[in-house]
Amino acid sequence: MAKSEFETPEIKRIPEIPPVRIGSMAHSQPFRAKPEHQAPLGFPGELVDDWKQVALDKMGELLGKYRSLQVFMDACVKCGACTDKCHYYLGTSDPKNMPVARQDLMRSVYRRYFTVAGKYLPKLVGAVDLTEEVVEDWYRYYHQCSECRRCSVYCPYGIDTAEITMAGREILDAIGVGQKYANEIIGKVFKIGNNLGLPEPALKDTLEGLEEEVEEDIEVPVKFPLDEAGADVLLVTPSADFFAEPHVDGLIGYAKVFHQAGISWTLSSHASEAANFGLFIGSYQNMQKVAMRIREAALELGVKRIVVGECGHAWRVAYSFWNTLVGPFDFLDPNYPVPQHICEFTHDLLKRGALRLDPSANDDKVVTFHDSCNVSRASRMGDFPGGQFVIPRELIRAACNRFVDMEPGTTHEATYCCGGGGGLLTDDLVELRVKGALPRVQALSRVIEDDGVTHMAAICAICKSQFTKVLPYYGLGMDMIVSVHQLIGDALVFDEH
Amino acid sequence: MVLTAVFAVLFYIATAILVIGIAARVRRYAKTPSPLVIPTTPAPTTRAGVTARMAREVILFESLFKGSKWTWLFGWVFHFAMVLVLARHLRYFTEPVWGWVAAIQWLGLYAAFAMALGLAGLWARRLLVDRVRYISSPSDHLMLALLMGIVLSGLAMKYVWHTDVVALKAFMLGIIYIDYKPLPADPALIVHLSLVIALMIVFPFSKLLHAPGVFFSPTRNMRDDPRERRHVTPWAPERS
Ligand code: SF4
Ligand code: SF4
Repeated sequence: MAKSEFETPEIKRIPEIPPVRIGSMAHSQPFRAKPEHQAPLGFPGELVDDWKQVALDKMGELLGKYRSLQVFMDACVKCGACTDKCHYYLGTSDPKNMPVARQDLMRSVYRRYFTVAGKYLPKLVGAVDLTEEVVEDWYRYYHQCSECRRCSVYCPYGIDTAEITMAGREILDAIGVGQKYANEIIGKVFKIGNNLGLPEPALKDTLEGLEEEVEEDIEVPVKFPLDEAGADVLLVTPSADFFAEPHVDGLIGYAKVFHQAGISWTLSSHASEAANFGLFIGSYQNMQKVAMRIREAALELGVKRIVVGECGHAWRVAYSFWNTLVGPFDFLDPNYPVPQHICEFTHDLLKRGALRLDPSANDDKVVTFHDSCNVSRASRMGDFPGGQFVIPRELIRAACNRFVDMEPGTTHEATYCCGGGGGLLTDDLVELRVKGALPRVQALSRVIEDDGVTHMAAICAICKSQFTKVLPYYGLGMDMIVSVHQLIGDALVFDEH
Repeated sequence: MVLTAVFAVLFYIATAILVIGIAARVRRYAKTPSPLVIPTTPAPTTRAGVTARMAREVILFESLFKGSKWTWLFGWVFHFAMVLVLARHLRYFTEPVWGWVAAIQWLGLYAAFAMALGLAGLWARRLLVDRVRYISSPSDHLMLALLMGIVLSGLAMKYVWHTDVVALKAFMLGIIYIDYKPLPADPALIVHLSLVIALMIVFPFSKLLHAPGVFFSPTRNMRDDPRERRHVTPWAPERS
């Protein structure tokens, strides 16, 4: 762990709403994209000359394209219900991290240029000119929002700050002020096929290595097929699953499930990434282009179903947007949902008695579950609202004897973000990530104290990477984090023994 | 006579601004598409479910209840007292007065006090809670002052400077049926009507747009059925 230049917040047993401390995170901003990161996405490489006009034009365009943005700009009554709901406010005390204040960064400009009141009485309604200062503030605070939608749960008008953050980032990209981390990654997906820039031969090696490792471990020839035409299922999973810890144990879990169920499956080198950072930067075009690879891979390999691995935002894009962006998927088997989450897939097998699990294999653990934002508040699993809460928990209970939920108000649709979502999972934002994790860590600490919890299961690659990084700052072990499918994989009983 | 003419004209102008202003806004909301399926989940999967969700939102302020109990309490009391008070006012615009309007007159009176209480609570939060103070601009306080002024001047007419409501009703009906009758020149009434006219005029240019806006909020009015139904938008480019 690197020596930190900031103080890790103190864990309180009874969480407190901190007092406003103006400007306390004004120094936090991610590295800016260089021209070579901007170009592949179709954005200008550096600040354009007439940036003010371009920004306002873009804003006008987005107001006409997205009802969310237009209605949200008008509807807020400043009731304050959202002010204590953002993990970044709770962790940093910076008032611009209160959802409504984050919205106001854009709303004040909207009012100035797009409303009668703001044109003639700017002071009265808090309207401001679009200046370089404002652009700087946008860049800072639209990169202190993980687009987790927690605020939207509590707003009487359903105002979703994530929509505004996305619009903010889209406008910034349009004037040439991009974020390096997200834009560089999208470029890698276009060029190589995944976020990590892992080329096909390396991927092949990795998967072969995994086959050997698993066979050595459990003496069962579990396969990790790549580009196998004619397989039933195309599995699309975040590339972190290929080698990062603890993600890879999740991938092993998926493979074991496929093996035991006897369902043929394959990964694709063309679509070796479930993540879609196009969402984070609010770019419809880039999101569509990234999603397109999956459709192409499914067609090329002639699969019947698409299953998506454990990843939060990827599941949002897959579940909520794929059909719109790159559908219809009428070439796939209509008997299965398109796409299907790996948890739905495994759960279905479990219900049909196709899996044999021995939960005592996980008796060394007391497990809790971290609901991921994008799964909880932006998508679904199963065929009833809220299935996304039930299915992963049933899977964990089937694989572990000891499961405890964290406190109500910190789980299900009220879940706290891990602190690293929305394109913020980068080392240049470590302070923000550590502080933003506070509400989750507090809830976790409580079940550690009260119930002896030893592990927290997650179904999101970003959550897993984020917790691995930030838990040590709070004095907790990074190996507390496990994939849900690691628990499943470890509990599966194979007859071939 | 001048007073009557001025207020008659102001009422026509304010009504026109209110109606046309809101209609234009609603038209814009309705015209602007939602290119992606973005309900805040868990969300209903059917239209009936969405209607129920919206009804809970509009009648019970469900999300606000989850968000802040105090704001919910004050906000809900204010809004529902206002509905009663407005209903009570229907007697100034109808002849003969509808039965149910006559029946709730006594309730409407209590409601006026409840409105004042709700507004006071909301204002106190705006002043006392540091987070809410931070996000408040002058217009937010002004809006509360305007509403409070309307409520207090209304109460004053009932309890302090009695207004000739029979003459007032004649004036109101005169405006509707274009058969003008003089407006009583009571100070409390003049203040009351002036503030109401101001409220009508600012409505379509202010955060009062939350009233029509809530029905158009995509996170609340969309169905959670993207896998079953392909959602397409005219502007969105089809896949290449
Ligand atoms: S909860 Fe909604 S209406 Fe209230 S301040 Fe926040 S964004 Fe505005
Ligand atoms: S979307 Fe999440 S991170 Fe962004 S303002 Fe709302 S609560 Fe905070």
